[in-house]
Amino acid sequence: MKPAPFIHHKPRTIEDAVRLIAEFAPDDGRILAGGQSLVPIMAFRMAKPPHLVDINDVAGLDRLEVVDGMLHVGARVRHAAFRQNAAPGPTGAFLGAVMRNIAHHPIRTRGTFCGSLAHADPASEWCAVAALLDAVLVARSLDGQREIPVRDYFEAVMTTALRPDEILVEARLPLLAPDARFGFCEFSRRSGDFAIAMCLVTLRVEQGRIRDARFGIGGAEAFPRRLAEVEAILDGATPGETVWAEAARVAAAALDPLEDAVTSGAYRRDLVQSLALRAFKQVEA
Amino acid sequence: MTRQNMTLEVNGRRYDVSVEPRKTLADTLRDDCGLTGTHLGCEHGVCGACTIIVDGETVRSCLMFAVQAEGRAIRTVEGLARGNELHPLQSAFMQHHALQCGYCTPGFLMLTAGVLEQNPDIGEEELVDILSSNLCRCTGYENILKAVLAAAADMRAAK
Ligand SMILES: Cc1cc2nc3c(=O)[nH]c(=O)nc-3n(C[C@H](O)[C@H](O)[C@H](O)COP(=O)(O)OP(=O)(O)OC[C@H]3O[C@@H](n4cnc5c(N)ncnc54)[C@H](O)[C@@H]3O)c2cc1C
Ligand code: FES
Ligand code: FES
Repeated sequence: MKPAPFIHHKPRTIEDAVRLIAEFAPDDGRILAGGQSLVPIMAFRMAKPPHLVDINDVAGLDRLEVVDGMLHVGARVRHAAFRQNAAPGPTGAFLGAVMRNIAHHPIRTRGTFCGSLAHADPASEWCAVAALLDAVLVARSLDGQREIPVRDYFEAVMTTALRPDEILVEARLPLLAPDARFGFCEFSRRSGDFAIAMCLVTLRVEQGRIRDARFGIGGAEAFPRRLAEVEAILDGATPGETVWAEAARVAAAALDPLEDAVTSGAYRRDLVQSLALRAFKQVEA
Repeated sequence: MTRQNMTLEVNGRRYDVSVEPRKTLADTLRDDCGLTGTHLGCEHGVCGACTIIVDGETVRSCLMFAVQAEGRAIRTVEGLARGNELHPLQSAFMQHHALQCGYCTPGFLMLTAGVLEQNPDIGEEELVDILSSNLCRCTGYENILKAVLAAAADMRAAK
């Protein structure tokens, strides 16, 4: 359980970090952010990067602020930063509620939002949030900076559109409307474990009708996504048991579930139906 | 492999060490600083035995490299007591029978010391969630919870 040898690079500016990762990416060099996923993988020797470009001292990456209606989350912003309202209105409350499901306190003090997106575990809560809210991911390399819309970002289990020589410098999340309501519910076998499935919903209620519904799933498929079929049922409907039950049923049917040795696809489908109902109940509360 | 010379500040004392970059902070504290109070269980972030405090935040020392801790204020279980006077958490763990074999204890003490410093009025529900971060395989969590709640009350009274 000891990582293989590597050379530790500690850039202080983003320009140096970009230069270093450009130089070492062809040799399987990696970015080291919070280390809460990479270091365990290295301990198991599932990764043996000969170079680590540690971005923990890079200036300017700790930004967490609202710019033009988008919450900008820099690459050094830790999970724990979302404990107190990190953004105005329901966005901050939503992110805080989600954060409480990620790992445990001493992991949240190190692990980063952008690291979660770069790692792209199917069960990452932040990946599910990014998919739900239509985040924009800002990647930087020697070629400059490009903005990747989240719909073009996730490609497969732990596989994204980020190139090995790119640093995810920032994630940008559109803010929810001031009157938006939200629900989040996940299931994992033990507290703090990766979830087997999760459901997320945000919506507004205007004159007794649901508007701007967003519904997403995570942990249940290779990567998180919004389910347009479910949103179509929610939008325009009167909030209540009838629409919740129908939307949850459609969510389960729309799933292309992951299967593994201990969790069947059918079980994940059932879970999504139950979790969707629970998430909808939170919206009502 | 090349070693790096550096100075770590642990419990207010300076330790000059020479370690490979791949050496975790936990291993460095134990092997190079001689501070074996910090325990290792899983070495991949799951058990919490290695929990310490770095710059006021509780962290898993098996998931940090020593080269990342240079210039930071590191605190381990050896720094909790003041001379012969135990930290309120240590006394409470003894009084409430919050340990049997004691393997997990340094991790629980540092986890809860860090959390109580940031949130002295923490409620029982939140504390249960915090304690779920660390594994204890013999005592059970009830007595650990009782001990931490008692220590929190003592620490508030002493202020
Ligand atoms: C016990 C335990 C339980 C956990 N439970 C959960 C959970 O329930 N939900 C959850 O979502 N996560 C969980 N995690 C993982 C944790 O959230 C990690 O913090 C997160 O997955 C990765 O973020 P990091 O900053 O630690 O990245 P690192 O571990 O430093 O890096 C992870 C990967 O992403 C790359 N990378 C990191 N940052 C960037 C960047 N800015 N640009 C380009 N590439 C980058 C690295 O090169 C590496 O390949 C858990 C971890 C542990 C140890
Ligand atoms: S040894 Fe660090 S968490 Fe288990
Ligand atoms: S006292 Fe033995 S593991 Fe906790």
